[in-house]
Amino acid sequence: MSQKNRLQSGGRVDRSKALTFTYNGRQYKGYQGDSVASALLANGVDIVARSFKYSRPRGIVAAGAEEPNAVLQLGATEATQVPNVRATQQELYNGLVCSATNGWPSVESDWMGMMGKLGGKMMPPGFYYKTFMFPQSMWPTYEKFIRKAAGLGRAPTERDEDEYDIVNQHCDLMVVGAGPAGLMAALTAARSGARVIIADEQSEFGGHLLSSRERIEGKPAAEWVAGIVAELAKLPEVTMLPRSVVNGYHDHNFLTINENRTDYMADKAPEGQVRQRMHRVRAHWVVLATGAHERPLVFGNNDVPGCMVASAVSTYINRYGVVPGNKLVLMTTNDGAYQTALDWADAGREVVAVVDTRSNPQGERIEAVRKRGIKVITGSGVIDVQGKKRVSGVSVAGLDAKGEKVTGNVQQLSCDTVASSGGWSPVVHLSCHAGVRPVWSDEAIGFVPGPSVQNQLIAGGISGTYALDKVLAEGAKAGQEAVAKLGLAASEVALPNVRKVSEGTPMALYHIPHTKPTSRAPKQFVDYQNDVTAAGIELATREGFESIEHVKRYTAMGFGTDQGKLGNINGMAITAAVLGKSIPETGTTVFRPNYTPIAFGAIAGRNCGPLFEPKRFTAMHKWHVENGAEFEDVGQWKRPWYYPKNGETMQQALDRECVATRESVGILDASTLGKIDIQGKDAREFLGRVYTNAWAKLAVGKCRYGLMCGEDGMVFDDGVTSCLGENHFVMTTTTGGAAHVMEWLELYHQTEWPELEVYFTSVTDHWSTMTISGPNSRKLLSELCDDIDLDKDSFKFMDWREGTVAGVPARVFRISFTGELSFEINVQANYGLHVWEKLFEHGAKYNLTPYGTETMHILRAEKGFIIAGQDTDGSMTPIDLGMSWCVSNNKPFSYIGKRGMAREDCVRENRKQMVGLKTKDPKVVLPEGAQAVADTKQPIPMDLLGHVSSSYWSANLNRSVALGFIKGGLDRMGETVYYPLADGRVIEAEICSPIFLDPKGERQNV
Amino acid sequence: MQRYSGFGLLKHSLSYHENWQRVWRNPTPKKKYDVIIIGAGGHGLATAYYLAKEHGITNVAVLEKGHLGGGNICRNTTIVRSNYLWDESAALYEHSMKLWEGLSQDLNYNQMFSQRGVYHTCHTLGDLRTNERLVYANRLQGVDNEMVYADQLQKEIPALDCSKDARYPILGASVQRRGGNARHDAVAWGYARAADALGVDLIQNCEVVDMEINDGKITGVKTKQYGVIKADRVGCVTAGNSGVMAKMAGFKLPVESHPLQALVSEPIKPFLDTVVMSNHVHGYMSQSDKGDLVIGAGIDGWVGYGQRGSYGIIEHTIQAIVELFPLTSRVRMNRQWGGIVDACPDASPILSETPVKNLFFNCGWGTGGFKGTPGSGNVFAHTLAHGKAHPLAEPFSLNRFNTGALIDEHGAAGVAH
Amino acid sequence: MLHIYCPHCEELREEEEFHCSGEAHIARPLDPDNCTDAEWGEYIFFRKNPRGIQHEMWYHTTGCRKFFNVTRDTQTYEIKEVYKIGEQPKVVAEG
Repeated sequence: MSQKNRLQSGGRVDRSKALTFTYNGRQYKGYQGDSVASALLANGVDIVARSFKYSRPRGIVAAGAEEPNAVLQLGATEATQVPNVRATQQELYNGLVCSATNGWPSVESDWMGMMGKLGGKMMPPGFYYKTFMFPQSMWPTYEKFIRKAAGLGRAPTERDEDEYDIVNQHCDLMVVGAGPAGLMAALTAARSGARVIIADEQSEFGGHLLSSRERIEGKPAAEWVAGIVAELAKLPEVTMLPRSVVNGYHDHNFLTINENRTDYMADKAPEGQVRQRMHRVRAHWVVLATGAHERPLVFGNNDVPGCMVASAVSTYINRYGVVPGNKLVLMTTNDGAYQTALDWADAGREVVAVVDTRSNPQGERIEAVRKRGIKVITGSGVIDVQGKKRVSGVSVAGLDAKGEKVTGNVQQLSCDTVASSGGWSPVVHLSCHAGVRPVWSDEAIGFVPGPSVQNQLIAGGISGTYALDKVLAEGAKAGQEAVAKLGLAASEVALPNVRKVSEGTPMALYHIPHTKPTSRAPKQFVDYQNDVTAAGIELATREGFESIEHVKRYTAMGFGTDQGKLGNINGMAITAAVLGKSIPETGTTVFRPNYTPIAFGAIAGRNCGPLFEPKRFTAMHKWHVENGAEFEDVGQWKRPWYYPKNGETMQQALDRECVATRESVGILDASTLGKIDIQGKDAREFLGRVYTNAWAKLAVGKCRYGLMCGEDGMVFDDGVTSCLGENHFVMTTTTGGAAHVMEWLELYHQTEWPELEVYFTSVTDHWSTMTISGPNSRKLLSELCDDIDLDKDSFKFMDWREGTVAGVPARVFRISFTGELSFEINVQANYGLHVWEKLFEHGAKYNLTPYGTETMHILRAEKGFIIAGQDTDGSMTPIDLGMSWCVSNNKPFSYIGKRGMAREDCVRENRKQMVGLKTKDPKVVLPEGAQAVADTKQPIPMDLLGHVSSSYWSANLNRSVALGFIKGGLDRMGETVYYPLADGRVIEAEICSPIFLDPKGERQNV
Repeated sequence: MQRYSGFGLLKHSLSYHENWQRVWRNPTPKKKYDVIIIGAGGHGLATAYYLAKEHGITNVAVLEKGHLGGGNICRNTTIVRSNYLWDESAALYEHSMKLWEGLSQDLNYNQMFSQRGVYHTCHTLGDLRTNERLVYANRLQGVDNEMVYADQLQKEIPALDCSKDARYPILGASVQRRGGNARHDAVAWGYARAADALGVDLIQNCEVVDMEINDGKITGVKTKQYGVIKADRVGCVTAGNSGVMAKMAGFKLPVESHPLQALVSEPIKPFLDTVVMSNHVHGYMSQSDKGDLVIGAGIDGWVGYGQRGSYGIIEHTIQAIVELFPLTSRVRMNRQWGGIVDACPDASPILSETPVKNLFFNCGWGTGGFKGTPGSGNVFAHTLAHGKAHPLAEPFSLNRFNTGALIDEHGAAGVAH
Repeated sequence: MLHIYCPHCEELREEEEFHCSGEAHIARPLDPDNCTDAEWGEYIFFRKNPRGIQHEMWYHTTGCRKFFNVTRDTQTYEIKEVYKIGEQPKVVAEG
């Protein structure tokens, strides 16, 4: 198909590079340098969307980030689908596939459009709050239909194969926007040697100069831009980022930039390249030179395809060589938009009329238009538009001086394009991100950035300055200011020579009245994407939604993917008019990140999948894998859970591991336990303060178990600490609690007791720890260790010794978490696998059996030992755990937890206390988490006595064992409690001692 | 009050919607009220409504420094559930849940309350244990909750990655099928409209700058715009500002105000019809009726009143979401924002008498405020009407931080969203 | 994201390296056993939580593992000063 709207020459597209693309299943041609929007317009495609609520046909309105309608589904394959791509920002590439997101059977002829026409009248703002309520049971059905209509594009159903990365950047000056102001600022700072990053969302630097016919230094603006860009490129301290949206400007001058690396050339990144890159920037200073967006005017049927923003029309003509129609009516409140009429006429197409809302506009551009013989209709407005799928004509009427009422006769003009300009809205978005509200400027007729506490400067359109000479000057000034603040030597930058254009005063007008009241006039759209109309805003305001925040929420204005870039100010103006207030009196409009939407994948970077979080392995991990271990995630560690053999079920494996350990010897990789080396002359005193039990008398060579509580007296961690020397200890913590304990110790040392001389070093990763446990553990160890006297009287329970194991220096601790004779062997992590393998070499004859966390849990539960984090949940004191033996009341220092445990609620009777639980039927294992009741006949909600915290099948005892909590449990031994389950079964259990095996502790003392 | 219905819409469409009544009045405050409620957020408005409806106390003003419904009620991710661990919490949130069911009809304002199910995914054995415990407790507390395991879960939520090769594979989930989402603005506006209709004065743009306290008893509040307004009882319901109000009254709270961030994607065609929360990888998500993916992030670790937090939290949340739902990688994030949550040490709220007589505080809901709105308003109205705590509110007293009778929901959920 | 100067490392570092430990200058009572429940509750739970200037402790978790104090505006998030544990702030809230 021919590009009927393409000019023979002009613009920045490369006519020698033709590109083919597919839209809605049909092939079209465009050129290198086109956006999808310009290519669609070149081909005369009018309809790009169906509106959200009324299914009205919609065309392209704008040429940049502010476009509300041309939001397409892009992607040639399933895995490369991208929802909601803005056609005005997507560069065209060969083979691009895109489609409209709504409309059935097609966006051209959508049956929902019929519904929109019929039902549209019943859908004022907030209609959904007023209906779909009856009967109550029908809401899910209503909602099903509502959800059918929801959404624009769709997520792919296959995995994204592309990669994204994240880089951290630091700079002296971050310049946002590479239009005339940004370029001047960057150049000025860069010449002084500042480290500058300049980013711009467009493919080329230059901003609006790329679509302008202005001249700088006597040459076309784009040539001037090329000169500046060339100079910047030569400066080593300058980073230039085109196709890079600064999407967020956060506190402490932190900015994020989304750089599009490959989307402009394909929907899948070429091999070896990342699709997008996020730059996380810390800047000493920031210049916001983000420009301004032109506002369309609000008038009847202003959403019919062919209605566009004036400057966008100029952009299509000047930058892309595309005239998006044949007969133009231009409506404006200001001089600037007259340029569009000139551009249109110069493109050889007809300007039917310029309709100026001002009664007596005067200015250079107006004269130029008049000289061309173009009709200028003053003091008037386009009150509505004819046409369904494309503009066919307009009604023009005289307006009163304030533009509030139609006064004159209505005349009809035939045209296919209506361009409008209601002035410009500074792009203040980024300036709001760190919590600063913009302030209204009557001069700029728009919001400008409010005062910032950050190192931020603004220049150009964002400050409400639109004349090119002033914009360039502001840019240079911002650059100079930054240079001065940075303490760099100023360098000379001459302001380029630009011809000044004399302009008349613009009129502050947003909403063109109709002969009918707004409520009865043809729909006048304010926010295209959300189908918000002037009538809707007036209705919302009349109903009492008077704050602008209420209006926005009630009507959904500004909640689209364009975040109200075109519509918000117009909407505020309409609200203000209804309330008889000024715009700033109705409130301000606050923008939040992102400036334009950013792919989740880009924000996540590489930190997904395998790199979501690091995996921590012990030194013996390879062995575990080779020996068929199943693993459990504990914190970041991968711990062996159990080691199934030859098709065993999990229970079979556990039974085997449990029995083997108690009958002969088992081995556990305990390397993941936290280990903290503690030294200093006050180390002992410190331990006494952070543990609940006494440490003053622990001799060198001895180990002790300790409980750690918060100031509230609740247990949060436990472990064994050993005395290595008079002033030297090594503490163990739970696997998951290690980092927290470390910080806890540092906190108290550094902030409460700095006078204590004590030092903490995390040594978790330095040591490999393997526990051999069972009656044959001593025999096994003796085969590999000849320099420690392992005799039961010289190496007692709760002793530790230094020696050599398997030829390697080792610390051996005679401590036990199974209740069996146990030795915990610690060697340098590098030797871990070696020693482990040696143990197996010698252990074969003892049936040395590796066991994982699950068997460890069972064996300790048989002994009634707690696991902090499983049997505790932050609400248990040591007393609740039946561990008063581990609480010292005669330490001189009021250790952490002591006072907390003594509070009124902590000493009351009937607290939940840990007990053992024996099911009446020994074969039945209580489910962990099950809740006890005294009387199963109570109505729900029942009185819950406490939960089961640990519960297992014990192969050694040939019955189930469980630990759990019961209100007042320690005084209720022998009583029966009941556990009602979800399936209706009730398990009966007897309260008993938590120590199921070897209550006297004889097995570990052999 | 003008009744809303589909028929009403049809009728009004014939008159171009020109005759809709105001949703609420804009009254000038009286000199004195029986009860003043400070803060026209969801909880404050609900309190006012139930005071008028259930206790016949209509000489009530709700004072709001900005516009009504402008705080956390319009900034949250709209999740409703009641499957809390401890009896006290489960009872309070379940009370709320029962009010949610039928709230649209009660208020004659569609709350769009969709009981589409709330899933808590379990990624470790510890997660499973925690959630199983919750399920067992909830069933006996009268709160629906059940476990589903990976294979079944994959069927129920096809977009969720339940494969075994994830960094933290999903082993299962607890699901409260009566949980879901509601439309946050509708809650504020529905309560406001209904309270106004019963005679409650909603005073917007009226900032309380001081409290009139004599002999340890509050007698009124001083406002910036209208001077002193007297009241017999005052209820302070100012989430995100509770500490400031307490300082005015001369005491401290066990509360810290933190930024809590949320974000939405662009609207896309619905693929997720439930709420999925993962405390382990720290992210949760639902999809609105407009098609936006609504995503909640974690709390920032520092005090902040700026309604914004750190980007690192957003990054981590998005990583978690892509980890849970790999198909969102190419979906784009549209907007982020923040609320200010008043976090209590035990992740449970305060509904309490205070050291000042006749002054009551309702605060400290942390991340649980939205789901609690109807129940909170309901029991707090009772508290204000009777001058002492509603039985369901009794355990949530300020005094628990002295006695130690905390209701610690942290252990139950890791993060008590 | 906050940019925090660690007074021990003497460098500005990203917030991600740190962990905020809450309100500063809360001294542990010297004689806990003679505190009432209310006094103990005050110490462990009750906080000033100001809207405005706050003194708070930060821990340089992945750096030097030292605690230090920061004076920060909780509304604008500006960091006014950092100072070591045991030192007093120069910037304090008015009134």
